Amino acid sequence: MAAKTRTVSRAKRGFDFETFMWAFTRFSALAMYLCAFIGLVGALLLGARTQMNLADLIRWTFMPSPTHVLNTNIPDLAPWSTLFWKITGSVFIFFAASHGLHGLLSVIEDYLTIRWLRRALRILVALLTVAMIAVGVYILWTS
Amino acid sequence: MGLKRNVSLKDGLRYQGKGPMLTYILHRIGGLGIVIFVATHILSSYAGGTVGVFLNTIYEHWIFQIFIFFCALFHAVNGLRIVILDLWPKLIEHQREAIWVEWAVFLPIYAIAVLVIVRTALGG
Repeated sequence: MAAKTRTVSRAKRGFDFETFMWAFTRFSALAMYLCAFIGLVGALLLGARTQMNLADLIRWTFMPSPTHVLNTNIPDLAPWSTLFWKITGSVFIFFAASHGLHGLLSVIEDYLTIRWLRRALRILVALLTVAMIAVGVYILWTS
Repeated sequence: MGLKRNVSLKDGLRYQGKGPMLTYILHRIGGLGIVIFVATHILSSYAGGTVGVFLNTIYEHWIFQIFIFFCALFHAVNGLRIVILDLWPKLIEHQREAIWVEWAVFLPIYAIAVLVIVRTALGG
């Protein structure tokens, strides 16, 4: 690592969609860490330590929805089903779907060189992202 | 567009990138594993019925849990390393040490989790 790499100035580099998604992937990762942390701490404050086993606590951490932890010893799920948790879950789904499906796209485009197929899959992944967010948020707010 | 590939698949497989290359490959495999798991999990809970029950029996199997927990934990720990090194580019000089720290964080957590999963599977 002796050679110093030269960095092109930001104005020359430009700021296109891929650059934006590069940054978005990093920041959405941090956002998901935050969501998981809120889920974990919130669950412990609500008494998960005495009412859940470790597997259910992990389930709640990664998706704070009462239907996700049905088979627990929680007597009353009402305090677990509030607007706060629905919003946290929706934010989690938004970041998870867009981060994950853009990751899928970059794996596809690393190995695929057929131009029309790349374009078709790019559109398909974009549609899938919208569909996954819509379905996930729908389940969260109707269950 | 850089769509021309000058590296054959055989050369690609023979590339000896060592530690960083291993994390790169595992990050990809883990990421794809999570995407497939989460997508089918959301769709099956939306669909419900026999498809949902069938998929849930797979998700609750201990072998699948060991696999998906590897994907999730490795992707999370390695992703955090990537985020830190990318947000503070000066730290890239220490990336090999960062990978050792990463394994030191990953392995104990994963070992304990596998122990718990196997013990639960054996009914203990």
